[in-house]
Amino acid sequence: MAPTNEHVRERLTGKFGDSLTEWGEPHGLLTFTAPREMNLKVLAFLHDEDDLAFRFLTDLTAVHYPDRTGEELCVVYHLHNLTANRRVRLKVHAPVAQPDVFTASMLFSAANWMERETYDFYGVNFIGHPNLKRVLNVDEMDYFPLRKEFPLEDQTRIDKDDEMFGRG
Amino acid sequence: MGRPVRFNIKEKSTRDWGINQASMPEGHMGEGFFATSFDKVVGLARKNSIWPLPFATSCCGIEFMATMASTYDLGRFGAERLGFTPRQCDLLMVMGTIAKKMGPVVRQVYLQMAEPRWVIAVGACASSGGIFDSYSVLQGIDQVVPVDVYVPGCPPRPEAIIDGVLRIQDLIHNDPLRRRNTEPYQALMQSYGIQ
Repeated sequence: MAPTNEHVRERLTGKFGDSLTEWGEPHGLLTFTAPREMNLKVLAFLHDEDDLAFRFLTDLTAVHYPDRTGEELCVVYHLHNLTANRRVRLKVHAPVAQPDVFTASMLFSAANWMERETYDFYGVNFIGHPNLKRVLNVDEMDYFPLRKEFPLEDQTRIDKDDEMFGRG
Repeated sequence: MGRPVRFNIKEKSTRDWGINQASMPEGHMGEGFFATSFDKVVGLARKNSIWPLPFATSCCGIEFMATMASTYDLGRFGAERLGFTPRQCDLLMVMGTIAKKMGPVVRQVYLQMAEPRWVIAVGACASSGGIFDSYSVLQGIDQVVPVDVYVPGCPPRPEAIIDGVLRIQDLIHNDPLRRRNTEPYQALMQSYGIQ
């Protein structure tokens, strides 16, 4: 029987109780937040239980919320149950001063490169990752481009004419 | 019969076909021989038989495919044989957006080409980064390789690409025979860190 959103929510609160917060269903996709330390436990629970069976990691990415002090970076996992065609989204928050999150690459091999990309663009440090290097950007880059604190253009360029860009 | 023919009805003479003939370099001609100096003939031979290496990365590559196809045939100008290995090619045509991570690759391809070699940057992205002024795009391939001709456009029309190749041909025609030994060329290579 297909696990409906209510069923998934019941099972999760039955196992983890109040530690899962911020429940929502934007566009029908069940979304919830878990504390940082428990991300692997929740992922493993959703993976192993036969009536949940969320065994496919669709996406692993991050969002930067500069206004949530103490929890700026949010790592988002999208899980998919292939047999029942149901999806669920898990969010995990981390402060930007110490953005450590446990790696999901032992559980899902797709997480390997997706976590490297998340590290490359947001600076989230995945503890236990076998090869956490930059992918997609040059290795020498020392900043994290998709965080909202960095300007889009290269500020050190001297050959751009400000007049032409409406700033002169 | 259907409609009468309205277009293309004037008789045109061969003078109007727009055929360019290469003029013969000056030299001494006799019965069965023609003596001239090497550099006059070599430039002519080199320019009409360029072997380009298409380094097509994105949209400009599609325009290049159109240029090589029959409507805007680039093979008319001698560039019929495209080699995809730098070891055999004269002209590196960089067409498309080059990311900062791709810069060393372009440089490596350039270094593998044998002298004499020319580079044409096709499109806005290869010339200056184009509309992508961001953390990931190399703002012009002249940051990594010396470029001879820039073809602006986003993407440039096939006629513009052909115009760029014709300018390269002019450059090749007027180059000295052993360009690599001349001072300004060696200074340019020094500035790029290429031996």
